[in-house]
Amino acid sequence: MAANNYRHALFCAIVTLIISFPILGFNLEAKGVNIELTGAKTSTIVAVILAAVAVFVFQAYRDSFMGLLGKLPKLNPLADKEPMEQSKRVKLESWVLTGIVVLALFWPFVVSRGSVDLATLVLIYIMLALGLNVVVGLAGLLDLGYVAFYAVGAYTFALLSQYTGISFWMALPIGALLAGLTGMILGFPVLRLRGDYLAIVTLGFGEIIRILLNNWTTLTGGPNGIGGIPEPTLFGMEFGRRIKEEGNTSFHETFGIAYSGEHKVIFLYLIALVLAVITALIIRRFMRMPVGRAWEALREDEIAARSLGLSRTAVKLSAFTIGAFFAGFAGTVFASKQGFISPESFVFLESAIILAIVVLGGMGSQLGVILAAIAVTILPELAREFSEYRMLIFGAAMVLMMVWRPQGLLPMRRIHITLNKQG
Amino acid sequence: MLEVKNLSMRFGGLLAVDGVSLDVQEREIVSIIGPNGAGKTTVFNCMSGFYKPSGGKIIFEGKEVQGIPDYKISRLGMVRTFQHVRLFTQMSVVENLLVAQHRHLNTNMLAGLFGTPNYKEREQSALDRAAYWLERVGLLDLSNRDAGNLAYGQQRRLEIARCMVTEPKLLMLDEPAAGLNPAETKELNQLIVSLKEDYNVSVVLIEHDMSLVMDISDRINVINQGRPLASGTPEEIRHNDDVIKAYLGEA
Repeated sequence: MAANNYRHALFCAIVTLIISFPILGFNLEAKGVNIELTGAKTSTIVAVILAAVAVFVFQAYRDSFMGLLGKLPKLNPLADKEPMEQSKRVKLESWVLTGIVVLALFWPFVVSRGSVDLATLVLIYIMLALGLNVVVGLAGLLDLGYVAFYAVGAYTFALLSQYTGISFWMALPIGALLAGLTGMILGFPVLRLRGDYLAIVTLGFGEIIRILLNNWTTLTGGPNGIGGIPEPTLFGMEFGRRIKEEGNTSFHETFGIAYSGEHKVIFLYLIALVLAVITALIIRRFMRMPVGRAWEALREDEIAARSLGLSRTAVKLSAFTIGAFFAGFAGTVFASKQGFISPESFVFLESAIILAIVVLGGMGSQLGVILAAIAVTILPELAREFSEYRMLIFGAAMVLMMVWRPQGLLPMRRIHITLNKQG
Repeated sequence: MLEVKNLSMRFGGLLAVDGVSLDVQEREIVSIIGPNGAGKTTVFNCMSGFYKPSGGKIIFEGKEVQGIPDYKISRLGMVRTFQHVRLFTQMSVVENLLVAQHRHLNTNMLAGLFGTPNYKEREQSALDRAAYWLERVGLLDLSNRDAGNLAYGQQRRLEIARCMVTEPKLLMLDEPAAGLNPAETKELNQLIVSLKEDYNVSVVLIEHDMSLVMDISDRINVINQGRPLASGTPEEIRHNDDVIKAYLGEA
């Protein structure tokens, strides 16, 4: 047993050396036109050897280390306690949610402009994640091309404003409806697919939309994108220093206050907040409606669902459409916030991040998804001082999260339904 | 009310069901029995629309239904259970019953979003029907448990309750007693009879438990290797030489 441990430890240490020595132990230096290979500083080599020793010691005494770890106080002191009573928990949850929303309403007036901007982005991600939560978390359809619908919403606004001069408020429903329509159209061919196959096809769709936007230069401007997207107005009041459109007034003149660039940022934030809250409320309602239960039933057992009279077509298409609808919502807000969009904003990585938010938050759980959206968007910003290591930290945090809580931050809980006893 | 005529089902070169006929009258329990692999479940799958039969007719209440998609068949009032229980395991017991009542609910999305009186009324009546059937199968106290956490016998009963809330005319049970202990089988026996007596439901039953089959069936159809072997009352089947041969082997 012990010998086996040492052998394993030695092996791990050697692997560490093999991997790290060539990467860290040598430097390429340019000398004139040639490149020369030089050994690294002694301190680096010592560090590599120390790392190998550390790996050896840890692996050799792994059992005792892990044993000690188990004796550490539990991360979650409530883990062993009885779960809270259902009615109490629901009440507490709704209080916490209301508290967060109220806090979020007043918060932008006390913090810096950069934070408000970041918070707007967080809210956009919350909308996206809540929408994807319908498709992936509830209906169980793994969609890797979700960003396509986000792009449809954003480009609808951008193009309409460019060609017809439409305002944000008009574009918002149009963008969302068009995105929903795209979701329905893309849903048709994938009705029969599940799991891996569905993931691959949706991935393809996401790329098709992006490549289309990239190459249809005459309409979309290709990689140059579209600029000059108008900002939202408040009852015809613009937030810029000068009025861009005739007939509008400007916000600061109407209220007789000094112009400040912050007004616009805060206004956008508040719009995003209201839309995110609306999104959350509507989807929450859907979850308690027959259609929401049908989504989940189809995820749980498609054959049983069909045997009870649920039409696979209707259920899957409704999930796709509603998910896409809210992505279109988010896309319109995003276009308005940036003032400029290009296909670069809608790459596969975006889909992956939104999916990561849903999985990290806990599939199907709204509160979990909202918390995860906040964490995933803010974490890379907080880790900015680690410069190039920040994505590494982000990745490590995700891995740890999945080890610690594979079911997500706040796994979905069933809604408690009280029944009246029938005579 | 149900008539199956000369049903056959071919999978490539394999003729799994060949010329099976059966009929079910109102308020009747008809059993299909036969050795393993005889094609009983295939007959069920054809009847419930999971397979499109290669030949023959299925007539339900005077209407040909062979080849109609499964979800439409169940809306006509022919609902089935499965050999291996198929519940929505991560949903609560009562949610399982609510999903089944999709058809009775107001599924207009806007009505649901705004919570119109009609929507609320229908939702409440669905809840009441669910409560009634949970009480009936003795699961009312467990209504908010996850369906997957129930004991096996309870899952079986829940599956039957889930069919019953759809208010079917014909219930198809695929080996409902599989994995139950004798006491549970006895309860199931009473439940099935009461479905017929009290709720006017016809039942088609696939079962290996002979005591159950002989007890409650009005008529029995025997299938062997995809072909019909015999049909008649339990008494006739008990004394049929072909059936004895098929089950016990040639003497």
